[in-house]
Amino acid sequence: MSVHRIMGVETEYGISALADPLANPVLLSSQVVTAYGTEVMPERPRRMRWDYDVETPLRDARGFDMSRADADPSQLTDDDYGLANLVLFNGARFYVDHAHPEYSSPEVTNPRDAALWDAAGDRIMQHSAQLASSFTGQLITAYKNNTDGKVSYGTHENYQVDRATPFAQLVKYLTPFFVTRCVFAGAGRVGIGQESLTEGFQISQRADYFEAEVGLETTLRRPIINTRDEPHANPEEFRRLHVIVGDANMSQRATYLKLGTTSLMLSMIEAGYLTQDLELRDPVSAMHQVSHDVDFVRLLELRNGKTISALDIQEVFIEAATKYVADSGTGDAMTMHVLNHWTRIISTLRTNKMSLANEVDWILKYSVLEGYRQRDNSTWKDPRLAAVDIQYSDLRPDKGLALLMQRKGRQDVMFSDDEINHAISNPPHDTRAYFRGMCMKTYTEQIAAASWDSVIFDLGPEVPLHRIATGDARRGTRETAGVLFDQNLSAADFVAALGA
Amino acid sequence: MSEREFISKSTSQNESTEEVVAAVTNTSAVDITDLLDEIDGVLEKNAEEFVKSFVQKGGE
Repeated sequence: MSVHRIMGVETEYGISALADPLANPVLLSSQVVTAYGTEVMPERPRRMRWDYDVETPLRDARGFDMSRADADPSQLTDDDYGLANLVLFNGARFYVDHAHPEYSSPEVTNPRDAALWDAAGDRIMQHSAQLASSFTGQLITAYKNNTDGKVSYGTHENYQVDRATPFAQLVKYLTPFFVTRCVFAGAGRVGIGQESLTEGFQISQRADYFEAEVGLETTLRRPIINTRDEPHANPEEFRRLHVIVGDANMSQRATYLKLGTTSLMLSMIEAGYLTQDLELRDPVSAMHQVSHDVDFVRLLELRNGKTISALDIQEVFIEAATKYVADSGTGDAMTMHVLNHWTRIISTLRTNKMSLANEVDWILKYSVLEGYRQRDNSTWKDPRLAAVDIQYSDLRPDKGLALLMQRKGRQDVMFSDDEINHAISNPPHDTRAYFRGMCMKTYTEQIAAASWDSVIFDLGPEVPLHRIATGDARRGTRETAGVLFDQNLSAADFVAALGA
Repeated sequence: MSEREFISKSTSQNESTEEVVAAVTNTSAVDITDLLDEIDGVLEKNAEEFVKSFVQKGGE
């Protein structure tokens, strides 16, 4: 029972050239990624690729493949159309996904590291936008949000889960958890409905864009439980749970708590510990309801005919986790920290929710908006309120409102600048991301391609490419591979030493 | 003890949970109104134009 497991976060950032709203977003995204590669990794091979050998985006966790002919073209991500793609020194992937720059964090083993390498991604994104602006002479800005008030783009979490856990159990318990998780993990949004046709404020950036309970898609008919099943590990042992319901969080604590509580939920489901009957009658509409209910007054209908509030659902899971930790001996420090933090947040949401502005994104955003509404008697039509919504997530230190609040001490941070800077250029030491990141740092010029599952060396035109498989996320750590990198071997000797 | 210090030590087992709770409850309620003037100065000058020009493509 613990919050520790292999996990990571992928973020698609909003991208904009404010002086030219018609600028092609695919081109802008490509410019920012390329700018970073040019400045930070000039020795990388120009045609460095992502190794798609084992990516199967059309594989479904329910056990069948969708044929390519049936798939919408936006679901086909394993052909990169020659777009910019980087594997970074910290083991992350930084590339163009559809019309957004995306940072996929390195694999980590706990929610604290997940939040740290996520924060590193924000700095990398901002640095890239700044570089691209100076290279192109056009101001390009990046936003850590999930909607422009009309369409949505994603922030996905990934968790390694025991393959033996029946998928139906994951669906049964994660659905009510995900429907209500935004009460502490939402980033807040001005506008109700996918196209913001109704005025007002809601808790989640993403909720209104979900239309299905379970499914493979991520770009249309978005499901609360996504069944995409590329484990990037031994498929007989593990699945990778791809979670697409979350908002991008500026609050480091929110990211930490979001990943930590979800990992705890997974532990309980893997252990078969949950037995509560919390199946919602209509999860999709419940998800919208919870997001629209900033005062927590609505009740959700369960299949068994009872009703329950969003906070009560969270509390049922907290009680179960508390009991489970007690039953299984003392939890480790981070597990206890997540559990205590979760307990305190849900109870404070009941009694004094605005006091959580320093750690819950939607409450901080709501405080600013309510401040404007009171001071200026604004209605929700006031365009400044929509501007606050967008600028909350602006990654420029002088323009971003969440970053301003962090500087003013109004939003708590978990990490020092030194820690974040270290995570920008160094991989976590306890997963295969260590091996990948260190290969990129040490043998930049010789890496032809890489992926979650592989690093491919190009040792010259006379020899075939060497593909090093990294199929186990817990191997290739500093403990086991550090000694090899310490020897300052040539790329050829390094590959030979690996026995590849 | 700050939360950062606490969590960075988290590999050691059996930290007192009271300490953890204390570490995360010492921040006071936030009243944002005193910051509105400063936010005014940071907000894009023509909010209406800015909001209209912030157009994204769907993703994922």
